[in-house]
Amino acid sequence: MVRTYLLLVWAWTRAAAQYPVSFALMTVGGFVASGLDVAVIWVIFTNTTSLGGFDLGEVMFLYGTACLSFAMADLLFGNVDRISQHIRAGTFDTMLIRPVSPFVQIATERFVPHRIGKVIQAAAVLVFALARLDVSDGRAWMIPVMIASGTVIFTALWALGGAAQFLLTDAPEVANAFTYGGATLMQYPLSVYGGELVRGVTYVLPLAFVNWQPGLYVLDREDPFGLPYWLRFLSPAAAAAMALVAALAWRTGIRHYRSTGS
Amino acid sequence: MIEVDRLGRTFKVRGTVTHAVQDLSFGVEAGEFVGYLGPNGAGKSTTIKMLTGILAPTSGRLRVAGLDPSRRRTALARKIGVVFGQRTTLWWDLPLKDSFELIRLLYKVDRGAFRRRLDELCALLDIGDFLATPVRQLSLGQRMRGDITAALLHDPPILVLDEPTIGLDVVSKAGVRDFLRRLNAENGTTILLTTHDLGDVERLCRRVMLIDHGRLAFDGTVADLRAIVPGEASIEEAVTHLYLSSRRSPRTPPPRPAQDPPSVTA
Amino acid sequence: MRLIGYGFRRHATYWAAAAAGAFTNTVFGILRAYVLIALWQARPGLGGYGVVEAVTFCFLTQAYIGPMQVFGGGLDLPQRIRTGDVALDLVRPASLQLWSLSEDLGRAAYLFVARSVPPALVGALLFGIVLPPGPATWAAFMVSFVLGVVVSFGWRYLVALATCWVIDDRGLSVLSMILTTFFSGLMLPLVIFPGWLGTLARALPWSAMVQVPADVYLGKTPVAGALAFQAFWAAVLLGAGALATAAARRKVVIQGG
Repeated sequence: MVRTYLLLVWAWTRAAAQYPVSFALMTVGGFVASGLDVAVIWVIFTNTTSLGGFDLGEVMFLYGTACLSFAMADLLFGNVDRISQHIRAGTFDTMLIRPVSPFVQIATERFVPHRIGKVIQAAAVLVFALARLDVSDGRAWMIPVMIASGTVIFTALWALGGAAQFLLTDAPEVANAFTYGGATLMQYPLSVYGGELVRGVTYVLPLAFVNWQPGLYVLDREDPFGLPYWLRFLSPAAAAAMALVAALAWRTGIRHYRSTGS
Repeated sequence: MIEVDRLGRTFKVRGTVTHAVQDLSFGVEAGEFVGYLGPNGAGKSTTIKMLTGILAPTSGRLRVAGLDPSRRRTALARKIGVVFGQRTTLWWDLPLKDSFELIRLLYKVDRGAFRRRLDELCALLDIGDFLATPVRQLSLGQRMRGDITAALLHDPPILVLDEPTIGLDVVSKAGVRDFLRRLNAENGTTILLTTHDLGDVERLCRRVMLIDHGRLAFDGTVADLRAIVPGEASIEEAVTHLYLSSRRSPRTPPPRPAQDPPSVTA
Repeated sequence: MRLIGYGFRRHATYWAAAAAGAFTNTVFGILRAYVLIALWQARPGLGGYGVVEAVTFCFLTQAYIGPMQVFGGGLDLPQRIRTGDVALDLVRPASLQLWSLSEDLGRAAYLFVARSVPPALVGALLFGIVLPPGPATWAAFMVSFVLGVVVSFGWRYLVALATCWVIDDRGLSVLSMILTTFFSGLMLPLVIFPGWLGTLARALPWSAMVQVPADVYLGKTPVAGALAFQAFWAAVLLGAGALATAAARRKVVIQGG
């Protein structure tokens, strides 16, 4: 499955490379568009020195880790949110008659490598943040763990959104509220949000494990909401649980798929 | 090759239940060439989608090449080729040969076998001239030949075609029919074909099944089909007769299994 | 007027998509409101807004997204240019620009009902928002809102017509989206942009789409000046659009594409 995924990605990348100007423009576009969020944070910090109790370096760290996870998931599997287009156009039928998981097929269909622009941007912000912060060597190991877990969590979120589109073919934007909304939520320290919302994204939809809980460990900060300390180490477990739920939802969605038209 | 036993599929649309297919039973042996007819909305496409694993049935038992299509979809995909006349399975803005290459990757066909197979199909279907053309620029006839090639690159023992000759001109139609006949005769590929073009049936199929209101209304040879109307009836007259008579009594009992002598229960 | 009604009814058939859009706008409105609250708690009175006013601003901007199509699009034009159908539109006796504007106003009117009111109501329930002080401000706001839609149309129409000349229009629409989201005030009120960036942002046409109508609503700006500013940009963009239409007609109808 991984091999097929890579082969398909490579085939589509070669197809995209036949239009180098368009490719370059879209990569730069992705880089700049996601850079807008950084501009917003910058404007905020021209007006204040701390947001929700966190300074610029810490906010950039939380932003960078959340965005890097999101950008990786988006690059690798973000196409899944086009599923309702495929259902309406009837091309989803075509994917079902092929000997490869439709999830892999949708994720790679017209795979556009220009989303790498977002990954680069997020990585640059993270590097900037780490240069400003003084993260102790004993805690830095958590950074790759949290980015990997975060990528899995966001991928699972895409898959859940995709599965929901089997029911909501007319309104795929509802799924966007959770995928893009989730990514936007995690760009700021959770201390700016209400306690109810934070408990929701900790215990129900475990987005807090993308960057917030492990980030508190890396930054060596108290939890402003007073949640248990050991939650900081649960990101891989949360990612595994999300992946399992998403896989089940996806399978159920396909079983209930009703092909349209003739 | 295909075993269908009391197959049913219902759809719920805003509270009302429609039976797209009900109590459908038939069998297809290896090497058969079967025409599957029915008026619009009779349940043809629903049957095809269940046979190919796109839709899960709501009742009954179904085996294609020994597999349950909706549960063993990917395993089945290696054993059947599917062609939809109304839509393409190729990638719209890629050259034809790139589409074939993607299909090679999807089906994990090794390079040598792929090249041999493609050369063979290129010669038979005469598609060599437009391999480098993006699919969207192909004429309908060229695209259909491309689609048929794509469905056969992995050399499946079963080929299912949903209205493959729709919209084709006389010459293209003759080319496609000639190819399908040879594929069935020389390769022994089992072929199931839905169509509204009775010329396809007359020239290609030894056996005809006719579905109406989700039920099987006729199963037999072309000669048997003609014989249901007295005198020297054409196949058109026979089919029209069946469509109209089943409309008068939509609750026809299911016919006997397909292996039995042909029967008409309208 | 009939065309506006047609645009309204045409878009009313996509109610599920509008409901989903309203839901998404509401979710993002809530998230942004929290961030603004945190900022205004750190800096009370920033930019001349109080906390409640900042929250109100946030939900107003979410309410504008649908009618003003802040993320771009909303017009059939690029699609019709790509397929060549635009030639039929250009030879019609009615002006393509006015025709599109009427339809766009109908679309905006429908989306105002379907996508603007729900986020504003949720915002009012969850956080409390301020209302304009009196009927005069309400009236001024409605005028300002309509002018905002016209400015937004003027800009989107230019971007759409550019499809006639640019081969890859996707890059252009991304650029347009970046400019509009950032410089309209959607992401942050322009009043807190620092120094020259703030001055520049407030003078550009995008501020007429979000920042200015919001300020009129909140009573933060002299009404006459604000409406004149919007009318100025509406006139400039529509004028440029008319010139571009003439050029497009020459290119498509006379040179044959």
